[in-house]
This record gives sequence, C-alpha cells and structure tokens, in this order.
Amino acid sequence: MSDMLTLTLAEARDKLRAKEITAVELTDAYLNAMEQTRDLNCYITETPEKARAMAKASDERIAAGKAGAMEGLPIGMKDLFCTNGVQSTAGSHILEGFTPTYESTVSQNLWDAGAVMLGKTNLDEFAMGSSNLTSYYGGVKNPYTKAGSNQSLVPGGSSGGSAAAVAAHAAIAATGTDTGGSIRQPAAFAGLVGFKPTYGRCSRWGIVAFASSLDQAGPMTRTVRDSAIMLGAMAGFDAKDSTSLDVAVPDFEAALTGDIRGMKIGIPKEYRVENMPADIEALWKQGIEWMKDAGAEVVDVTLPHTKYALPTYYIVAPAEASSNLARYDGVRFGLRVEGKDLNEMYENTRAAGFGAEVRRRVLIGTYVLSAGYYDAYYLKAQKVRTKIAQDFKNAWGQCDLLLTPTTPSAAFAMDEKIDDPVAMYLNDVFTVPASLAGLPGISVPAGVDKDGLPLGLQLIGPAMGEEAVLRAAGVLETAAGFSAKPALMAA
Amino acid sequence: MGDIIKGETGDWEIVMGLEVHAQITSKSKLFSGAATNFGGDPNEQVSLVDAAMPGMLPVLNAECVRQGVRTGLALKAQINKRSVFARKNYFYADLPQGYQISQYEEPVVGEGEVQIDLADGTSKSIGIERLHLEQDAGKSLHDQHPSKSYIDLNRSGVALMEIVSKPDMRSADEATAYVNKLRSIVRYIGSCDGNMAEGSMRADVNISVRKAGEPMGTRTELKNLNSVRFIRQAIEIEAKRQVKVIEGGGEITQETRLFDPTKGETRSMRSKEDAHDYRYFPDPDLLPLELEDAFIDECLKSLPELPDEKKARFMADYGLGAYDAGVLVADQETAAYFEEAAKAAGDAKLAANWITVELFGRLNKAGTDLGDSPISAKQIGELIGLIKDDTISGKIAKDVFDEMFETSKDPGVIVEEKGLKQITDTGAIESIVDDIIANNEGQVSAYRGGKTGLLGWFVGQVMKQTQGKANPGVVNKLLKDKLDG
Repeated sequence: MSDMLTLTLAEARDKLRAKEITAVELTDAYLNAMEQTRDLNCYITETPEKARAMAKASDERIAAGKAGAMEGLPIGMKDLFCTNGVQSTAGSHILEGFTPTYESTVSQNLWDAGAVMLGKTNLDEFAMGSSNLTSYYGGVKNPYTKAGSNQSLVPGGSSGGSAAAVAAHAAIAATGTDTGGSIRQPAAFAGLVGFKPTYGRCSRWGIVAFASSLDQAGPMTRTVRDSAIMLGAMAGFDAKDSTSLDVAVPDFEAALTGDIRGMKIGIPKEYRVENMPADIEALWKQGIEWMKDAGAEVVDVTLPHTKYALPTYYIVAPAEASSNLARYDGVRFGLRVEGKDLNEMYENTRAAGFGAEVRRRVLIGTYVLSAGYYDAYYLKAQKVRTKIAQDFKNAWGQCDLLLTPTTPSAAFAMDEKIDDPVAMYLNDVFTVPASLAGLPGISVPAGVDKDGLPLGLQLIGPAMGEEAVLRAAGVLETAAGFSAKPALMAA
Repeated sequence: MGDIIKGETGDWEIVMGLEVHAQITSKSKLFSGAATNFGGDPNEQVSLVDAAMPGMLPVLNAECVRQGVRTGLALKAQINKRSVFARKNYFYADLPQGYQISQYEEPVVGEGEVQIDLADGTSKSIGIERLHLEQDAGKSLHDQHPSKSYIDLNRSGVALMEIVSKPDMRSADEATAYVNKLRSIVRYIGSCDGNMAEGSMRADVNISVRKAGEPMGTRTELKNLNSVRFIRQAIEIEAKRQVKVIEGGGEITQETRLFDPTKGETRSMRSKEDAHDYRYFPDPDLLPLELEDAFIDECLKSLPELPDEKKARFMADYGLGAYDAGVLVADQETAAYFEEAAKAAGDAKLAANWITVELFGRLNKAGTDLGDSPISAKQIGELIGLIKDDTISGKIAKDVFDEMFETSKDPGVIVEEKGLKQITDTGAIESIVDDIIANNEGQVSAYRGGKTGLLGWFVGQVMKQTQGKANPGVVNKLLKDKLDG
C-alpha cells in the first residue's frame, strides 16, 4: 500500500485508468497516511467516509469508462473553500461549526472531474499569514526539519496545511489559494510545486474572501505535470464571479513539451534584496544556468517599482479584508457572543472570533480607508499597483517569463517570527508583485539550503501565459532533479 | 413661488434638495437572482448572496442597469459610459455584508433636469445632480419580541435608484410637485412602480433656511419620508423649527433628523460628529460598468412619450390649459383615458372638464381611482355627445352621470330608461308656458311691473312640470317672448 503514496498524481491517474489500482485502494492508503501524520496538524476536518464514498463512485465511473481528469485522486481541500455539508472554517474561530449549504465552484469542478476529498486542510486564519501559525486550529508542522535537528518548522502559509499534507504524503495533491504568495511560499517551504494562475482563471465563488482583487486558487502538487492536470480541472469561466476570465481552458498538460529553446527568460535585478542568503543567491544563479542549458536566452530586466510592492500590498489587501470580514458579525452564522446591545454583541463576537493577525489587518484596512487617510494610503497604493503592473508589461517587451527566487529564506522555526509581523510580511517580498499584477506565478522545488531545507524558484508569466510558465517550470524541474524527502512522511 | 416664513426678524426662505430612493421594477435583485415581490413572508426571498454567506459574490443584474439608464434618459440626464460600484461600509444587523454596494464617485447617471408643474399653472426646472444604482438593506423588526429584534432580509439587495436633486426647491409645494413628477416619470417608463405606501419610493429632504439674498444656511436631512403628505408636513415643521432656533440665537447643527408624524415634530437621529465614516472604496468583486452607445440608444428608443411631451401635445392639439393638461398627463392611464374620451366625445375640452371635475370628484369621494372607475372613457364620450346634440341638458347630464357611476350603464340606456330625453319640441313647451302664464296672473303682472327677476321662477315652473327635461334655451326664449311681448 505504501508504494501507492509515492505515485505522483499523473502516475496514479494512469494506473487508475489502466485498472492497476483502484480509487478505493488509493484512498484507503491516503486515509491511513492522514492518520499517521495527524501530528503535523495538516487537516482541520477529516472526511474519511466521504472520501471512501467518492472513491467507490470513482471506481464505478472508471469501470464504466467515464473517468474524469482527476478521477479517483484523493486530495486535500484548503479550508477556505466552502464545501457543502462539511464544516468550512477559514482557520477562524468565528466560523467554527459553520457548515455551508453550497459548494465552491473550484471544489465542485474538482469533484466533477472525479477527485476524492480527504478533508479540509489547515491554513492561516482567513488566509492571513505566511506561517500557518495564525490558524485558530493550531499551527502546522513542516514535514521537513533541518538536518540533525528535530525543531519544528513552519510549512509556510497561508496554505500551510495543504503544503504539509502533500509533502508528508497525506494527500496526493491539495488546493491552495494565493493572495500575496499563499500558494507559492508554502510550496517552496515544503519542496512542492505551487501554481497561482492568472487572476480570474479560477472562480472565487464559494471561497471565503480575504482580498478580492488578489485572491486566486491554484494547485499544490509534487510535480509540474500534476499541477498542469489539476489546474485544468480547477479553472474555467464562472458567471457567478464577475471577475472570472471568460476564456477557454487550454490543455495545460499538453504545454509540457520540455522545449524552451529560444524562450527569453528575464532576470529582474530588483529581486536581489539585501541580506539574501547565499544559498538562495546561488540557487537563483543555478536556475539561470539551467535555463540557458535548455536553450533559453536569459536577459536582464528591470521592474523599478518592486520595492513598493510589499507596502502597497499591505494597504490594498487589509483594506479589502476589513470590508470582506464585516459579514462575520454574529448575526446570521458562525460564532455569536451576546452583549447588552447590538454594538456590544458585535464587539464581543469579533473580539472572541478573530485572532490577533486578523484583528491587526482589519484595523490597518479600516484605517487606510478612513476619511482623511484614503487618498494618502489606499488611493496612492492603487496608483502604485498600476505602476507595478506596468513594470511587468514593459518587461514582456523584452522577455517571455521572469525567473526569481520564491522566498527570501527557507522554512523557519515555529517559534521564530511570530512576534514580528513585519519580518513575517517580508516572506512575501518575491511573490507579492505578481499578485498585485494578477499574473501567473509558479514555485518549483529547485534545491536545498545548507540545512537541507527545500528552496523554490519562481517563474512569472504574462496574464494567461500559464502554458509558457508550465513549460519552463517543467524544464526547471527536470534540470533541478529535486530529490529531498521530508523527515516526517507517511510510509 | 417660494414659501416665505415670517419670522420675528423678517422673512425667511426655505432651500431644499431631495434624495429620492426609487425601487427598480425587476424580477430579481441588483446583484442576486432572488425575487423582489412585495409582501412575501419574512426571509422567503433571500439568496445566499443577499444573506452575505461566506464566499458569495455579487453579479450585476443587467435589467436594473437598463432601467437606471432609461430613467436617466427620461430625466434628460448625462449617461456615464463608465461607472463604478463602491462599497459603503457600516455595521447594522439588517445589512448582512457589512457594506452596501452603491455608486459613489462615478455614478451611472450625471446631471439632468425635471420640469415641475405648479398649481398656478407655471413650471419650474429642478436640476438633477446624479442618479446612481445601489442595494437596499433588509428590515429590522423591533416589535415582534419584548427583548429581541428580528431581521427580514427580503428587501436586502433589492435594486434602488437614488435620484439626487440640486438644492433648487423653495417650498413644500415645489418639493411635493417634484416628487409627484419623478413618480410620474418612473411610472411612465416602468422603471419603478412609484408605490410609496409599499416603500417603492421614499425621499430624504435636505433643508435649510436663509434670509433672502444670503448664502445658504446649515442644512439638516429629514430621512425616509414615505408619503407626499409627510414630505409636506416635515418640511413645514422643520423649516419653522430652524427659523425659531436661529432667531432664538441658536445655531442649526448639520444632522440627520427623523419626522414623527404622530407627534408632529422632527427630532435628531444622529449628528455630523457621530456620522458614520463609510470608508467608500471601489468594490473589488465587480468590474467597472462600461456601457456601449448601442445599449444607450436602445434604452432611448424604448422610452414612451414622456409626461412633459404629452402635456405640450395636449395643450397644442386639444387646446387645453396648462393646469388641466398637467393633471391629465400625471399618469399614463389618465392620459389614455382622456384621449379615448375626447375622441368619443368629439370635444376635448368638455372631456377634460368632465374627467377632471366630475369623474375625479366622484372617484375621490368613493376613495378609489381611475383604474377602478365604473365609467369607461367611451361612456364619458357618449354622455358628452348627448349633451352636444341636445338630447339632454347639462344639468340632466349630471344626474345621468351619477346613475352611470352607480350602475356602469351606458348614458343612452339611462336616458332611454328614465325618459330623460330633453324636450326641444317648441310646441309642447309652448303649451306648458301658456298654461303657467294663464294660471299665475299675480306673478305675470309683477314681472310686467318691473320685477324681471321673476323670470327664473317661471323657468323653474316649466322645468318642474317637465321634470327638467325641457331645453332651457327654448324655455327661456318662449317665456321672454310671451311675458315681454
């Protein structure tokens, strides 16, 4: 049974279709792995009965020759996606026990493609964080540890539960959502591929909103091919989301030709930040060489407004969040803490229901939208955001894709950064610009640091340039031949 | 004409601008597919979007945009080809999202104007500042439980047009004429049913007072007035209050006030200091609304003849006065009724008169309206025809009209059944006149002695004998000839 856990999503798919294994067998192996790795706290809610029922139905469809793109593949669903009849918490106390009567478009697309749900994965509260430490349901342990150490590390965030589950073989793949790096950063920390597609590729309908103009769902997988397959099942126009892109979903897997000859890869000089660890600097250089070796042309480009991306993000995202989270008021669903009047009920509910990081961002967001501050903060941030997007547009005149590190460091210890929000926010320095511009960005596991911890390289493409991104990512993956294995893994 | 308030220190002028909220007639809400019918059981017309469940997203209802644009065009206003939906953030139990989606800096409709018709037959132009689309909130019910409030979200998310005027009104008459005119326009084009009793239209009045020629005073806002009568009362009461405060040495605070019709007073709801900071910002869930010329053209082509155009036509084609024309075009049904009656009667002025005086008088008294009129336009036309061809006199016609109102019978049938046909046969009337003159020697000699005022008495005698059916012209002529001759 344990052999099954080492199969990639693509391999498992092929074996299922060839009837070499059954969906029920594969699902049972993962349910067993989920139990074995429970100590990592990857899942907030496990749904083994649902998983078995779905797997059984998958086997029937496979037998009937009606297998979908994700048929019988057991995945983790980030607990930011609303799932019909299954508690959906967003990692927050305020939604504890909240069971939607509806299914998010992306999760529905996956079920329609035959995927099997193992459970709802842990995350930073309302997807606000880069460590998974802000979850009301507890932090998640990264399956990787430093060589010779058993100190617990974070899996990154906000999709930390998804990252840890896939890395520890407690899911064959998982969904993530990315607002400023929440797919790519944890993928980098857990030695995975994490792909945030173009804003609008995946419907936001039914995903608990953090920052509406940035939130985007994407796959977290062990290989680039797995990401291509899974994104194909997740994406698509949705009339229920006004910001959804009304474009056809290409065959992403077919984009993996392995041929990037003549492709121009831009290297943005502004991503060379102060105090960047030598390991990461070296990996980046190595990545450039791999691209060259594969026949790509490497060009230096400039994205002059990069340094404003993080401050811009930390105005725009909290502003939207402060408004998006107003609906958690104790009136209709979720937690309610009574008070002597309506205002006191609001105060009591939101004080008890939201954790410190969420409260901090709601306060920041409220502040930057307030009369007298709006122009200086929110409006200015929107203008800078336009300039950042323009930087990328200018770069596309010179290159097809950009290659950067995913994160400025490898995974850190669970007790390391929690008291310093700004240090925590710096995790997103390389991922935030593409988010602000709505561009597709993928993190590919490309090497390890001196302690043996995974490091990722990021490829960023123009809007709707997923195919080129995947093609180059495939080449990078092959060249890197990432083979590190986590210390804590189901077997 | 502006209302003047006679204060102790002189005359004060009232300055007003109105914000009218008009519910768009549409099957579903502004951003959700839920139904919008009035009177459903609480929380029966609520979608997941209206209840602001986690992860729910708004999708703009194109029909609501169409009605907003048509209304803008009917207000002769600028249509903005690009407009933006913004979030207006505040907490309240009947506002599930914690924000209202509205339009703030970039509304769909810009400046326009409305002609209002005043009682003296004159018109005045009132400027429109803007029209924007927004969601309605739900309803808090505070009287269902001793300690709890209940929330009904049926109205949550219903599409409203907020129509903002310029501060161009100077009297309660003008303000009510403005509301009536807006109501008339939206009902003509079908963008709102104008039903104030059901909350489909309500007004906020921004009001201040000043001495003639002085700059504008500090204004207060009277919120949520839901009848024309309340608008008038609230304005009169608030203007007097402001004058009293200022003349008493006080200052007007900029604040929102509530009109209490039972107590006949306005009172402070919240002052500017504790006004909400709504933290408006563009709704990231919605793209800017971009309108194409073809869409706007289609909206324009779909507009019917509007009240002002119809009024001008009634005056030009039917020779009606401004006031009568204004009354007849106030709503489409009345105008259509009039045109049908005028055609059947062959006399537009008489038709206008019978409708505005006799029919409206009776409908009012019966507490009903034209939609339930027991008399059809064709029947009024027929009645007028009977007067014009001397079949009945004008006086008899009113009796016939009463009968028509009671029974809905055709006037010809009533005249036939009751034998009310006018006697125009000179010979028949002459013999009656002769009899009366012969039998009333005293009156005859008094008349001939100079008391010519007795003529009316003689006419009365003839009418009495003929049950009013004698043609009054013939009677008069015969009596005069015989008495004077």
